[in-house]
Amino acid sequence: MTDRFPPPPANGCANTPVLKERGQHEVFCGLTGIIWLHRKMQDAFFLVVGSRTCAHLLQSAAGVMIFAEPRFATAVLEETDLAGLADAQTELDRVVRDLLARRPDIKQLFLVGSCPSEVIKLDLATAAERMSAEFAPHVRVLNYSGSGIETTFTQGEDACLAAMVPVLPKTDARELLVVGALPDVVEEQARGLLGDMGICPIRWLPETDRLSEVGIGANTVFALTQPFLTETHDALIRRGARPLHAPFPFGEEGTTAWLSAIAREFGVPQETFQAVTERPRARARKAVAQASEALNGRSVFFFPDSQLEIPLARFLTRECGMTALEVGAPFIHRAVMTPDLELLAEGPVIAEGQDVDRQLDRCRAAAPDLTVCGLGLANPLEAEGLTTKWAIELVFSPVHFYEQAGDLAGLFSRPLRRRSLLRVEAAE
Amino acid sequence: MKLTVWTYEGPPHVGAMRVATAMKGLHYVLHAPQGDTYADLLFTMIERRNHRPPVTYTTFQARDLGSDTAYLFKDACQAAYDRFKPQAMIVGASCTAELIQDDPAGLSETMGLPVPVIPLELPSYQRKENYGADETFYRIVRALAKPMARTTHVTANLIGPTALGFRHRDDITEVTALLADMGIGVNVVAPYGASPENIARMGAAHFNVLMYPETAEAAARWMEKELDQPFTKTVPIGVGATRDFVAEVAQITGLAPALDEDRLRLPWYSASVDSTYLTGKRVFLFGDGTHVAAAARIARDEMGFEVVGLGCYNREQARLIRTVAKDFGVPALITDDYLEVERAIEDAAPEMILGTQMERHIGKRLGIPCAVISAPVHVQDFPARYSPQMGIEGANVIFDTWVHPLVMGLEEHLLTMFREDFEFHDEAGASHHGGKAKVRVAVADVEGPAPQTPRDISGPKKQGAETTIEVVWLPAAERELKKIPFFVRGKARRNTESFATERGVSEISVDTLYEAKAHYAR
Repeated sequence: MTDRFPPPPANGCANTPVLKERGQHEVFCGLTGIIWLHRKMQDAFFLVVGSRTCAHLLQSAAGVMIFAEPRFATAVLEETDLAGLADAQTELDRVVRDLLARRPDIKQLFLVGSCPSEVIKLDLATAAERMSAEFAPHVRVLNYSGSGIETTFTQGEDACLAAMVPVLPKTDARELLVVGALPDVVEEQARGLLGDMGICPIRWLPETDRLSEVGIGANTVFALTQPFLTETHDALIRRGARPLHAPFPFGEEGTTAWLSAIAREFGVPQETFQAVTERPRARARKAVAQASEALNGRSVFFFPDSQLEIPLARFLTRECGMTALEVGAPFIHRAVMTPDLELLAEGPVIAEGQDVDRQLDRCRAAAPDLTVCGLGLANPLEAEGLTTKWAIELVFSPVHFYEQAGDLAGLFSRPLRRRSLLRVEAAE
Repeated sequence: MKLTVWTYEGPPHVGAMRVATAMKGLHYVLHAPQGDTYADLLFTMIERRNHRPPVTYTTFQARDLGSDTAYLFKDACQAAYDRFKPQAMIVGASCTAELIQDDPAGLSETMGLPVPVIPLELPSYQRKENYGADETFYRIVRALAKPMARTTHVTANLIGPTALGFRHRDDITEVTALLADMGIGVNVVAPYGASPENIARMGAAHFNVLMYPETAEAAARWMEKELDQPFTKTVPIGVGATRDFVAEVAQITGLAPALDEDRLRLPWYSASVDSTYLTGKRVFLFGDGTHVAAAARIARDEMGFEVVGLGCYNREQARLIRTVAKDFGVPALITDDYLEVERAIEDAAPEMILGTQMERHIGKRLGIPCAVISAPVHVQDFPARYSPQMGIEGANVIFDTWVHPLVMGLEEHLLTMFREDFEFHDEAGASHHGGKAKVRVAVADVEGPAPQTPRDISGPKKQGAETTIEVVWLPAAERELKKIPFFVRGKARRNTESFATERGVSEISVDTLYEAKAHYAR
C-alpha cells in the first residue's frame, strides 16, 4: 500500500544503539498539555495543585490571556498548607467547592499533580475519589500528574488520557478507538476517511464532552494518533483493548500506512482503500513537493521536545529529501516507535533524554541546515547563525493526515526560506 | 491554598533569573525539576535575548528523590563552573527543591570553587518575583561591594534595571543623559550589564540612583548604611518628577540643578487645543507601585485626566500606593487577584485603563482602551525603537502612548456631529480601532461601554447611596440615550441614574436626562 514510496531502508534505526543522556533538560513539564486539552474537552476544568511557578508556566506557555476565566487554574500551595497535610486536603475541598459553585457548566474536573504536590505526597487520588462521591453524578473528578519530575511536555496529555481509561464503561462491541486530542478540523478529516472506508462507529478519546464517551473492552481495537500516548496505550491494553501499531499519520506515507493498518484490521477491500485515499494522497504529494523544495538536500537536527521527533524525522527524510543528523527524543517507547524507527534510514544519532550543554556542542559541530528545538534555545541559536524551527508549533498546529502534509513541510521550510529572503545583517 | 487564574508576578527564583540574566560573568545554579526551564523562554522570546540565560538547572526527576539529589546539585555546580568560568555564582532552589531541603548554600560552600558563591534563600511559598530580584541583587551587592575611595569627579550608580524589565534598557540611556547634563558620570549600572567585577567597584560612586525600588531598594538601603552612599527617592517618570529628580540630585551632590528641556514636548502637546478632549477623561491605573504612583501624577497634573481608581499588585509598595490613593481621593486596590482587578475596573467604568499587559486584556474584553505603563511585560513592551519612560524623552513617549488608544479630538467631534449618519453610526466605530470596534459597539448598544454582559453597572452605586429606589428608564429617554455617542454613553447613563437616585426620582424621562447633563456639565 505504500507502493509510491521507496522501499523501507535495509537498515532502519530500530536497532541503532541509543545515546542515553542525563543532565539539564530544556523541556516543558506535563502541565503544558492543559493548554490544548482544555480546548478539546469543553466540559472539563483542570485544577493544578501546585506553586506559583506552575501558574506562571501555564500563563507563559499559553502566551496570551484570551480568556478572562479559562477552564484551568492553579491552587497555589502556601506556607500554611505545607505545615500540615490534613489541612491541605481540607483546603483543597474548599477551593473545589468554590470553583464548582462558580462554574456549574463543568462536568469533569481534573486534579492535576505538580512537582510540589508530588514531593509533599499530597494524595490527589483519594481527594478525587472523595470529591467524585460528593459531586456525582453531575461532576466526575479524576486526577493525574503533570509534574516535571514525572512527565515531559506532551506526556501530560498522556497522563490525562490514561487517567480516564479506567473509568470508561465496558463494552464487548468490536469498535475502533482513535486516541489523541487533535484539532477539530483534523479529527473530522480522519473520521471522514475512515467512514468512507465503511468503518463504523469510530470512537475517539478524548471526546469533546463527557456524555459522548464510549466503552472499551476485549473487542476494542485502538490506534494512537500521537507517539507520546504510551501510558494510555498500556492502560488500554490492561482493559483488554488491542493496539494497532503503525507509523504515525504525518505526511502522505505515514497517513497511508496508519490508515492501511486500520483498513487491514477491519477487512476493507483494497479497491475501496485505493478509491478513498487516492485523491487526498495525490493532493498531499503535490503539496509536500511544493513545500519541501527548500528542504531537499538539507540536514536537520532535533533537540528532544514533543516526542514527535522520530516520526517527523521519518517524514522529513523520506518525503522531503532531508538528511537527519541527530534525532533526540525525551524517551523512546519501543512498541510505539518501532514502525517509524524501521522506516528511518540509519545514519543519525538517536538520542534519548538530554544534557543540553553537551547536545548544543554536538549541534554546533554538526552545523545542521535546520535545528528543531524549544523556545528557550531558538533565538540564541539563530543569533549564532543556525536556522531553527521552534518545536512547540508542531504540537499546536494541525499537522496530521493528508490535507495537512503540505502545511507540515511548510513549517520546516519557512525558516529556511525566511533566512534566504533577508538581506540585512544584524548590527551586532 | 489560593486559587489563581492569572498571575502578575512569577515565583521568586524568576526574579533571581532577571538579575542573573541582566548581568555578565555571573552564573546561577538552580536546584529545580525538569520543566522549570520554561523560564528561559521569557528572556529569549519576550525580550528577544540572543543568549540563553546564564542558568543551570539540576533537573532532578522522581526517581532521584529516593536516592540522592544533593550529588546532582554538586555535579551541576561543578559542570557549570567548568564550562562557563564565571566571575561569581549564585546558587539556590526553586519551589520544589525548597521542599526537599538539600541546602544548596551548604553544599556549594563545601565545594571550594575558586570564585565567590553567593547563596540565595528565596521563600517560594511566601514571596514573589519582585522580592526575588530585590533580594538577589542585595545579596550580590552585599557579597561583592566594599567601601573604597570615591571617584574624583562626581559619579552615581544606576541601580535596579533588570532583564525583562519594563523599558529598563532605554531608561538607563535617559537617566545617564540627565546626570550628564549636571556633569555627573555613571560609575556602574547594575544589575543590567554589570559583571561581578563591576559590582565590586560600586563603592566608588558618590550616590545611587534608585531607578526601580521594586528590584533594588534593599541594595540601596544596604549601600546607604555600609558604603555611606545616599540614594535618590524620586523616580523620574513624568515632567514634574523629572524636575524633582534633578532638584534632588542637586541637593545630594551640591551641584547646580540643570535640565535640558529643548526636546521636552509633553507640556505644549498637553496645552495645545487638540488635547482639550483629554480633559477629565476618567482613567483607572494598575501596575507595579512605582509606575502607578508616577502615572497618577502625570495623569492628573500633566494630562488633565481624572483618576477614578488606582492600585498595585506588589504588596511591598502598598504603603506608597495607599498614600497616593488618599491624595487622589480614591480607594487603593492592593491585590494580585486578576479577577478582582477586572471587577474593580468594571465598577469604575473608566474611559481608559493605564495598566499592564493583563489589564490590556481586561480592556479588550470590556471595550475600554488601554495603554501599558508597567510590567508584567509582553513582547510588545520591547519595541525596536528607543522608547524610555524616564526623563524628558520618557515624558514625550508617555504622552504619545497614552493618547494613542483614545479617539482623537477632531474624530470625537465628527462622531458627535454625525452620530446618526447612515455610514457614521456607532457600529462603524472609530477607524483606528480596527477589528476591536465591532465587539465594543455590540456591547455598547446594550449597556454602554463598560460591561461585557448585559448587567446594570450602576447597581453598587445605588446601594451606596442608601436608597431602595429602582430607577427605570422610560422608552423615550432610552431612545435619547442611544443618540449619545457610544464612548460617553456609559458615563451619561451612570450620571443620570445617580442624579435621579439622589433626588428620589424613580422614572427617568428625557427631561431627567438633560437635567442631569446640565448638572454634570463641566
